[in-house]
Amino acid sequence: MLSMQHKTNANLFLFLALFFAPFFLQANDSKPSGDLKTEIKEYISHHLEDAYDFSLFSYTNASGEHIYIGIPLPVILWDDGLQIFSSSKLHHGEHVAQVGTNYYKLDHGKIYKTDAEGTINYDETQHATNVAPIDLSITKGVASMLLIAILMFYLFSSLARSYSNTGGVPAGIGRFFEPIVLYIRDDIARPNIGEKKYGKYMNFLLTVFFFIWFLNLMGLTPLGVNVTGNIAVTFGLALLTFLITNLTGTKDYWLHIFDPLGASMKWYAKIPLYIILIPIEVLGIFIKPFSLLIRLYANMQAGHIVLMSLIGLMFIFKSWLGSPLSFGLAFAISIIELLVALLQAYIFTMLSALYFGFAAEEHEHH
Amino acid sequence: MVGAGLVVIGVGMGIGRIGGSAMEAIGRQPDAYGKIQTAMLIAAALVEGIGFAALFAV
Repeated sequence: MLSMQHKTNANLFLFLALFFAPFFLQANDSKPSGDLKTEIKEYISHHLEDAYDFSLFSYTNASGEHIYIGIPLPVILWDDGLQIFSSSKLHHGEHVAQVGTNYYKLDHGKIYKTDAEGTINYDETQHATNVAPIDLSITKGVASMLLIAILMFYLFSSLARSYSNTGGVPAGIGRFFEPIVLYIRDDIARPNIGEKKYGKYMNFLLTVFFFIWFLNLMGLTPLGVNVTGNIAVTFGLALLTFLITNLTGTKDYWLHIFDPLGASMKWYAKIPLYIILIPIEVLGIFIKPFSLLIRLYANMQAGHIVLMSLIGLMFIFKSWLGSPLSFGLAFAISIIELLVALLQAYIFTMLSALYFGFAAEEHEHH
Repeated sequence: MVGAGLVVIGVGMGIGRIGGSAMEAIGRQPDAYGKIQTAMLIAAALVEGIGFAALFAV
């Protein structure tokens, strides 16, 4: 009985995996396979970039038009005054958008000012030479960050309020988040920063942990956001760590950088050593946050590339073997990515706390 | 492309050694599990960071 049921489940799984295969095969049948590989590469790099809308899927209708299903977002341009319009006007670069007396066209993910026909001129290196207005748009990435920020603000302020109602006992979703908050305080902040000073760094550590974690998790949804895999975002986060580390640095922190040997040596003996030591220590100030930003960016970017490539296998194999294989592998990698999402948030918080610990150190002077 | 392969081999060996040593350390001192795990993750993250930096340079 039990094995029967097991078999039915396996058959159902196989059926579902195979069911969708013919549709994808049909869509790409007309193209030669070399073309298909470049198309998949373009699709992956397109997915990794920021976009002007949340696009879920697209199809070609009977009259040969591309129909995109998704959520358009506001485009905000500074071009002799503020120009605000919906990104649905851009039609994914297929049509020119008319806003007042100006015309704009999307080309390779950037908005350019064009004439009424939407002509875009290219130089020898295939870069558009049209004027690009200053772009302040609420893009996919910005919208997701705002969404997560609002969610976090609501979640944690209501969590904090609930403690006063229940007399210090967590309720609802707080039962899930309280152990995580306590873990960050007791196992990340306290041992690395020190009992005396950890309090003033807690706000940043908690915020950055949940911000990165939630954004990483959002990157795994079909909305296709890749915020933490965007080097500008991770640069911003690492810049905050850099500023906090150096602005809260104690006298001992700076002494450690510019006079690491202290009073244990005569000044003339230190000179030849310091010619090498001080530049290394000064470089270290910048390398620490730089490694933070590269690590988060590269991990999330790599995760997305692997996942998209495995899904792309389905189109390359073009046989009944491809779909279950790519589904199985993509499923396994998705599970690993769930772990990586948490791990990278943890590592970022952990290393930030470590750097704050360096900045807050105070030696006992004898 | 050969460079990318070499980088991955190097990073793999590095993280493998960190993981193996951490296992041994936990085996010797199971009480220090939490501390060893934290130190292991930091070291692994540092090696991985260098690996990614090199991969992007390639």
